[in-house]
Amino acid sequence: MMKQMDVLDGLEKGVKDVNGGRNLGVSKDGGTIECERCTEMTAQEVRLCGLLLREHFGEVVEKVGTHLLKSGAQNLRTIIHETGLSVDLVKKSLCVLVQHGAATFSSGRKGPGSPTEYHTSCDRILRILRYPRYIYTAKTLYGDTGELIIEELLQRGHTTMSSTVKTVADRLTQNMAEGRTMDYNEVSSTFSKLVETHFLQRCPPLPGVGNKDSSAPSETPATPGTPAAPVNTAPPTPESFPECYKVPSVTLIGRGKRQLASEDGEEQRSAKRAKMDPETHGDEGIYWQVNFERFHLHFRDQTIISAVANKLDQTSSEIVRTMLRMSEVTTSPMATCTKPLSANEIFRSLPPSYNILRPILDQYLTLLVDDPMEFVGKAGESGGGMFVVNLHRALANLARATLESVVQERFGSRSARIFRLLLRKRHLEQKQVEDFAMIPAKEAKDMLYTLLSQNLVQLQEIPKTPDYAPSRTFYLYTVNQLPTARMLLQNCYKTVANLIERRLFETKESKRLLEKSQRIEAILASLQASGAEPEQLTEVEEMITAPEKQQLDTLRLHINKLDSAENQVDETIFLLESYINSTNASS
Amino acid sequence: MAGKGRGVGAFTFNIDALGIGRGNMPEARVGPSPVFPSTDFKPVPLKAGEDEDYMLALKQEMRGTMQRLPYNIKPQSNKAEVERYTERYLKQSQIDDNEWTPDWNLFPKELMPRRKRPRAKTGTKKSAKISRKDTENILTKLDELANKDDPEKSDEETEKKPRNEDEEEIEEEEYEEEDIEEENDYIESYFDNGEDFAADSDDNMDGEATY
Repeated sequence: MMKQMDVLDGLEKGVKDVNGGRNLGVSKDGGTIECERCTEMTAQEVRLCGLLLREHFGEVVEKVGTHLLKSGAQNLRTIIHETGLSVDLVKKSLCVLVQHGAATFSSGRKGPGSPTEYHTSCDRILRILRYPRYIYTAKTLYGDTGELIIEELLQRGHTTMSSTVKTVADRLTQNMAEGRTMDYNEVSSTFSKLVETHFLQRCPPLPGVGNKDSSAPSETPATPGTPAAPVNTAPPTPESFPECYKVPSVTLIGRGKRQLASEDGEEQRSAKRAKMDPETHGDEGIYWQVNFERFHLHFRDQTIISAVANKLDQTSSEIVRTMLRMSEVTTSPMATCTKPLSANEIFRSLPPSYNILRPILDQYLTLLVDDPMEFVGKAGESGGGMFVVNLHRALANLARATLESVVQERFGSRSARIFRLLLRKRHLEQKQVEDFAMIPAKEAKDMLYTLLSQNLVQLQEIPKTPDYAPSRTFYLYTVNQLPTARMLLQNCYKTVANLIERRLFETKESKRLLEKSQRIEAILASLQASGAEPEQLTEVEEMITAPEKQQLDTLRLHINKLDSAENQVDETIFLLESYINSTNASS
Repeated sequence: MAGKGRGVGAFTFNIDALGIGRGNMPEARVGPSPVFPSTDFKPVPLKAGEDEDYMLALKQEMRGTMQRLPYNIKPQSNKAEVERYTERYLKQSQIDDNEWTPDWNLFPKELMPRRKRPRAKTGTKKSAKISRKDTENILTKLDELANKDDPEKSDEETEKKPRNEDEEEIEEEEYEEEDIEEENDYIESYFDNGEDFAADSDDNMDGEATY
């Protein structure tokens, strides 16, 4: 009797839990009622954000950040009081968070006179996980210069164009051969290209907080009558400002400076000199930040192209790549599909290295349209056939494939078969599952209940009588893709948080050994710089014993594995997040 | 619940509808599930390739760099008196810019590190007291030095005096905050030391070398 109760309780709990704590109501007839996008953060997200903040900005910022995440918008006094940190530290932490776009401030809820309130959101902090991918993408698109520009901007939050160009030029010069330096013009042109393709955008000017509008006269303020402006709840997006992607005319003439390996005193002096250098370049007050959404669109396109390449072949993926490239500027970020392109246009825009004949192209297009993944759809017959890339449907199908793959890897291929069956057939009875999946009854039941206990499958009751008597009720198994995707996304966040914690634990365990090896490396470096004999060097090297070396190697291996795992889980996170956001947009 | 007591194994509904028989029930769970259950299916190995290696390197570099940038705020730690051997060698690879000032046009003004005058009464009292003490001390020192026959040193002294006052004002602000927070008389006497130090160095230029 208890067991039967367990099963039914589990069903109820399962249905609720699958919604991932996001207040999605479930009605009795099986449909889900979605509320507007909730600003609640789940516990897993908050934990992961805390760890990311700690790794990059230290424990003080972590404390302030997680406090703001948990308690919503607050003003300065309350934050100081509730975190118990000193005023100075809280102010600095808030500055760091605002600098990096992790926190925004606005005038208080009670009107323009009340103190400014600070607000953080999980999304921006979770982006930190994806920084390596952004930098690597910039490298593939715009070379080393692009890579360093994006890296600088990610590290600094927002900076002016001139300071970025100078720093990047210096860094590039550092790595170049002796005697060669990097010209500022080259870096500026790469910067401009990044802005033209919208990978970089201007930071929005200050909203009307009661402070004067900042900056250069070329920027237009959002609301002309700022003091009397009503308190707007949604902060303006950077794209609502017309000057968002305009490169300022900057006078930057010079070349990168190579930093010589000098003693500390000299470095300090030259650093001081640089600070007192009052060069202005005509772009004071214009700050740039990385446009994450644009990178995400690029990642989405890359994922679709590689999926087509995996499922069909290289030529099909080239065709899809051409279609996406042609639609880059005409497609809005939230569009369900690209604008229709005629087969003639596609034929003309194919890269010259792919000389396929026109009828072959038509065959490929037909193949793509007929494919069950529905990447490409046909929108008309004019111009030899009008074709679109179904962006949202592609994302949904990719997310579905991810879910199926998760079930397969965790529970085996037969459970995956049941899962896929339920995804396609929506509602099935116990008996029907056994028949369609062609699995013996006993094993099918076992697998179904395992999936049920993991919340991957839900049970739907259809009563024949109003009293829900169990003997007169249909029990149907079903899978809802969206809530399941949300649940898996939370699992991913938890996974990454666990990976980070494990890495911190491993590092802490071997802290003494790591410090010793760092010390020895520093000694070696200083000895080599001052020209010591090889015997001295080997003597120092031998200060680390062989078992210690082995321990260090194992530690290095573990840390690399954990880091690499974080990067790869982030790919799944990206896919699931894109899918969930696309359903929000279209709903 | 119904069925408890008599016929413990009886179900309230027709068990056949669910498709399971009496004998097929899974074992009841005793206690919480194990923390590390053995899995039948091992996880798929990680992807390994050039791209992944490069991104791994990027990630580790980024982490290291961000921990050295000024955005990484360290809690105020009590510095050990003797500088540790490790730290001396690690200091060689130092941060490029220690200080970072945000552009205050884009930040709310309340985040500026301001000189606090929170409680006007005690603040002004203390500052009034201190400045009175300061001026008294400076006057006495000036008198002492005026009796000495070294015109150059008095010039230096007057130069040092306004600088001293500035220093002390800055010190005053910093220590004012600490005063209010810690309420430690010990620190108050620090002001005298700061002033005496400058005066002393003036007088005992030779005396320092004897150390």
